[in-house]
Amino acid sequence: MDFKNSDTVTGPRAEDHLPHTAQSAVKVVIVGGFGVGKTTMVGSVSEIRPLTTEETMTQAGVGVDDNYGSDTKTATTVAMDFGRISITDQLVLYLFGTPGQERFWFLWNGLFEGALGAVVLLDTRRLEVSFDVIGRLEERGVPFVVAVNDFPDAPRYSIDDMRSALDLTDEVPIVRCDARRRASSRDVLMTLMRFLHSIAMTSAPA
Amino acid sequence: MTPPKRQRRSPEAVPPEPSEPAGEQGEGSQPERLYIITGQGDDDGARASIDLVTLIVARAEPPPTTPPEQSAVIGLCTAPLSVAELSAYLDLPFSVMSVLLTELLAAELVQARAPIVRSALPDRSLLEAVMHGLQKL
Repeated sequence: MDFKNSDTVTGPRAEDHLPHTAQSAVKVVIVGGFGVGKTTMVGSVSEIRPLTTEETMTQAGVGVDDNYGSDTKTATTVAMDFGRISITDQLVLYLFGTPGQERFWFLWNGLFEGALGAVVLLDTRRLEVSFDVIGRLEERGVPFVVAVNDFPDAPRYSIDDMRSALDLTDEVPIVRCDARRRASSRDVLMTLMRFLHSIAMTSAPA
Repeated sequence: MTPPKRQRRSPEAVPPEPSEPAGEQGEGSQPERLYIITGQGDDDGARASIDLVTLIVARAEPPPTTPPEQSAVIGLCTAPLSVAELSAYLDLPFSVMSVLLTELLAAELVQARAPIVRSALPDRSLLEAVMHGLQKL
């Protein structure tokens, strides 16, 4: 196999090292269709240049995708871009962008396990690519917020119309964002955290 | 203008959980091994529970007999580094990383700092800490 020998491994740049005090990490998943801006969002808030982790799967090509032959074995490599935000000297937040299409759901098992929550990133030109993702998150019980990446030439629906189209209850926050802007992407994450916090408050009155 | 509308799936239409990628190849076709990195011993198949965001820290200098992949891991995590970052820098998939790290953990060459996972009740103080951290961005 093509393992890079240790002489050629490029590790983190000096400024990308975590402090030795880093004790634990949490993760948030950004999920959305191809080209919706997941990597852009990860990159705009990450303190490190986004990195890519890949996973390879082989399986008989059944029910995979129309692009593949129905009886050929396929090896699919799926790349997930991710970034990092140091919250405190002890705590680190990781953001993973993952494709939403059903054929990539094999990635989700390890990914969503233990994730604090998810951001469903939408492009109003292709709203329907996110329908399955939303259904899947609901089935798995993963709390999520919806962020609409405002592309200049995309149709602009009201939040109410989108809520009704996505068949979401009133509690699920829907916000507009510009994934290219750090402040905007940060606000999306804040919305998710506030939403998770409100869930925590209502489920444990103290 | 109205957007397209999502149809909720009826419960019986829910597809089964996607199975693990391994196994169940068609008859006659030998599955190709994409990666082979296995140490000696430890063949009981047990895997430490390693998450993408488990932080790994080296505990010791690699002994001279350490295989190159393992040495590379140890070299990278002199400061804490997540499994995802190790996977990215070493260009190895997560599944391979977790095998490597299981061996390194068993040999006590690295230490794992487990992630904080979402429990049934999210931890409010954790969420508040994250919000506070995000505000500083």
